[in-house]
Amino acid sequence: MSEIFMPRLSDTMEEGVIARWTKKPGDAVKAGEVIAEIDTDKATMELEVFEDGVIEQLLVEEGATVPIGQVVALVGPGAGGGTGGTTTAAPAAAAPEGPAAREPGTRVPMSPLARKIAREHGIDPDTLAGSGPGGRVVRQDVEAAIAALAPGGGAASAPGTGAPQATPAAPSGTGSKAAPAGGPPPPAVVAGPAAAAVPAAGTTAGAAADATEIPLTQMRKATARRLTESAAVPHFDLTIPVTVDPLLAFRADINARLAEDGVKVSVTDLLVRAVAVTLRRHPKVNSSWDGDRILQHRRVHVGMAVAIEAGLIVPVIRDADAKGLSVLARESKELAEKARAGKLRPEEFSGGTFTLSNLGMFGIEQFTAVINPPEAAILAVGASVAEPYVEEGALRERTVIRLTMTSDHRVLDGAVSAGFLRDLKQTLEEPLRILL
Amino acid sequence: MNAEPAQITYRQALNDTLRAELTRDPNVILLGEEIGKFEGSYKITAGLLKEFGPERVRDTPIAEEGFVGAAIGAAMLGLRPVVEIMTLNFSLIAIDQIVNHGAKIYGMFGGQTPVPVVIRFPGGGGQQLAATHSQNLEVWYAHVPGLKVIAPSTPADAKAMLTAAIRDDDPVIFLENLALYNTKGVVPDGEQVAEIGRAAVVREGTDLTVITYSRGTLIALEVARRFAEEGISLEVVDLRSLRPLDRATFCESVRRTSRAVVLEDDWLSYGIGAEISATLMECAFDYLDAPVRRVAAAEVPLPYAKPLELAALPDAEDLARVVREVLAATGFRS
Repeated sequence: MSEIFMPRLSDTMEEGVIARWTKKPGDAVKAGEVIAEIDTDKATMELEVFEDGVIEQLLVEEGATVPIGQVVALVGPGAGGGTGGTTTAAPAAAAPEGPAAREPGTRVPMSPLARKIAREHGIDPDTLAGSGPGGRVVRQDVEAAIAALAPGGGAASAPGTGAPQATPAAPSGTGSKAAPAGGPPPPAVVAGPAAAAVPAAGTTAGAAADATEIPLTQMRKATARRLTESAAVPHFDLTIPVTVDPLLAFRADINARLAEDGVKVSVTDLLVRAVAVTLRRHPKVNSSWDGDRILQHRRVHVGMAVAIEAGLIVPVIRDADAKGLSVLARESKELAEKARAGKLRPEEFSGGTFTLSNLGMFGIEQFTAVINPPEAAILAVGASVAEPYVEEGALRERTVIRLTMTSDHRVLDGAVSAGFLRDLKQTLEEPLRILL
Repeated sequence: MNAEPAQITYRQALNDTLRAELTRDPNVILLGEEIGKFEGSYKITAGLLKEFGPERVRDTPIAEEGFVGAAIGAAMLGLRPVVEIMTLNFSLIAIDQIVNHGAKIYGMFGGQTPVPVVIRFPGGGGQQLAATHSQNLEVWYAHVPGLKVIAPSTPADAKAMLTAAIRDDDPVIFLENLALYNTKGVVPDGEQVAEIGRAAVVREGTDLTVITYSRGTLIALEVARRFAEEGISLEVVDLRSLRPLDRATFCESVRRTSRAVVLEDDWLSYGIGAEISATLMECAFDYLDAPVRRVAAAEVPLPYAKPLELAALPDAEDLARVVREVLAATGFRS
């Protein structure tokens, strides 16, 4: 009898999902024949057997996730024919979710750094295999898992030089350049009204019959955990209306003039740039909460919440205050496309110092976003709306966008955030300031 | 090549600094055994008796408790004595004066008088001076509030830190090392006054932080150079001051590198490395990818026999081995 293992089908693959068995116990197979389809982080591949025989047992159910190297099926010589009675009833231990090589309930030896990174990414330590002494999970093990779990393969899009084993000196690990405080950059998973969609714990019991069960993806787990964390942040919201007629005219003018160069600047790009230059003047807002201290960041990295199939993600434009509009527009377009394609690398969605969330395109006029910890504030951008106003006794019309800033009160006080918003409003209403 | 500034020895830097301070401030006096006529057991005070006379450069009897006590008394009355004790080992005879008097007087007498005394001595083994003459007991003094304990590793620091020590109003233990006296380095001209209590990142790196002081700094830099050839980047933090201890500098470093090794010349148990490790647990716990390791002297009275002495003292090979173990434990590949 020979054992069929979950094979490594790509450089970055850590585990695979048995999408479908194409044979059943008792079927005779020839060497080279396909017995299953496997979903990897990159594609669906076929699992072939290497010798003739009869399928004795399928040890894993369809849909189960299996780490590389785990036995998924047994193929016998077939002398006695198929043992028809044996079905896919797998031994419980053989079909765990994730590479749980340990006894359940045993403590996973894990370095503090690895534990911290895992916590930040919502990764369950029990699913990790440790490469350190005594099976200790170290940073590289967690980083490999993050790369494998990133939508579309995350680091899988990196050059095929064994990306999961990236040396700890790689930027995604230390983040020392991106985050002035040193240490790994906090992952920037989302902040947005989507939090409201996270059901309250305990409401699902008993409702299973009327509901479709959707297993949590790693991204959804991370989102839920981080937004729950954020809910504990004492915060306040400030809303300010901004007259955007000059801004819209400014944008139309830029795009008309630069159309030949293929540059197209969006309102969001103008907002990112305006936020970045205003942050430069308000360093207190460009801060994060670090448990026992506040970190005031010297560089301005602006994140933009992007909705993607798998959830929400916040690609980050680094040094947004130092980039011209055309560079910024191109970069934000690229990042958004990569985000939707699930191709963002970890360093492209971490280390932000401030986040923008824009639901204007859905016609939402005003909303509050949930802070993306450990950042001190987030700005929620509503739709542009025409509205009447009175000037010198006459009724006129103007276009207004409402900006709502949610601030971590541990870091920022009302007057500080209000001062930032006032300056941001001025920058947007006199859009030449955006270029300064 | 001729553009390179001249280098002087650690010994010369100390000698120059004592001369400069004796010249600058008439309240500065030197006391110690054989520092005058004999010019010091390690020639740190060469020429100073001739230059400044026996009032200010005083040979004392072989009575450490007596002359350290005298220096503390003189400091209380306004002088700035710099005491040389032949080696750290003999300071034990004066430890009551240092710990129970020098360190306490300012606080216990309501701040009526500071005690601006400097007590210099070399520590360290490696010269086949055997167990009683080769000790690293600096941590005994670093344990005591009321004292400052500083340990320069380069000629430039020897100058700037001795100047700072003499001008400081607290009692300062100034730790030298037999193995450092002949080492050379560039020493900036003119007045240099270090800030006591500041560590220095003497080599920047990204992969692992070696935290050390005094003689250990030279070893760590040598090991870092060797690792650099393999593409491994070690950061070296020279503590420079054991009390006050600049925790922020090494904490910040380890939060970046996530790996730390302490190299200390004292014995492992209850040593400098224990304090550093405990601090790292508090300030960098979530950033550590492997346990902090310590490289220290073997826990024996230092043997006289050369091969045994060498085996007992921490050296570059010991440090390199432990660095490799920490790197391996975290799956590091250069």
